[in-house]
Amino acid sequence: MSDTAAKPRPQFRNIGIAQIAKYRLPLAGKLSILHRVSGALLFLCLPLVILPLFAASVASPESYAQIAEYAGNPLVKLVFLALVWGYLHHFCAGIRYLILDLHIGLDKVSAQKSAGVAFGVSLALTLVFALKLFGVL
Amino acid sequence: MAETKNYGSKRLVVGAHYGVVDFIAQRITAVIMVVYTLVLLVGFLAMPSFSYESWKALFTFQVGVLPVGQMLATLFFFALAWHAWIGVRDIWMDYVRSTGVRLFLQVLTILWLVASVVYFAQILWSI
Repeated sequence: MSDTAAKPRPQFRNIGIAQIAKYRLPLAGKLSILHRVSGALLFLCLPLVILPLFAASVASPESYAQIAEYAGNPLVKLVFLALVWGYLHHFCAGIRYLILDLHIGLDKVSAQKSAGVAFGVSLALTLVFALKLFGVL
Repeated sequence: MAETKNYGSKRLVVGAHYGVVDFIAQRITAVIMVVYTLVLLVGFLAMPSFSYESWKALFTFQVGVLPVGQMLATLFFFALAWHAWIGVRDIWMDYVRSTGVRLFLQVLTILWLVASVVYFAQILWSI
């Protein structure tokens, strides 16, 4: 008891911007905020990056070849990687939410476990894509 | 209990049911996108080799006279736009407290997504 009296646990009600780094989110919380971040990223990039790339990739063999040439640039590779991570994270975390909405795995232990699985699968697939992209595989 | 007047200054603006359609639409559009992603993935893995022709065929393949590849991609994109509208609107509702700014951002979001749908349709149907 004296322990808690001497050092009260920090309490957060409405989290301020300055507190974000100090606030220790559980794994499912990190998955959740990254779900939102990845969704916003894909939304913003959609007409600016993704659709122009798609347009060039299907328009003609010449424009397709040009995309392949651009993809040789390491900076362009990083952009691809960020977008692929965003899609995979949103995909995996989203499937977890669909399962939770069916009231499957709602208890604390399984929810933490499934958050770990969602992270594991999306990061593993992103890694495979990265290895392919940078020519290791 | 007196009859509920659900109009005028006493109109009920919060409570159950508001948002149920959005909740369900967000999940159904998600399932549609998962299915389409898996269809694309199967088509991708079934490619003899990765080339412009086989990449294009993923989106332009036909069944009989029906342009099924383009039809599926169009449906996917409608699902995406609806899904993104609900998600981005939720972000504005969570973080933007000024009604005027929020309305402005929501209108901008709709314009952004409608423009994307038109852009995508134009790309897809002119391949």
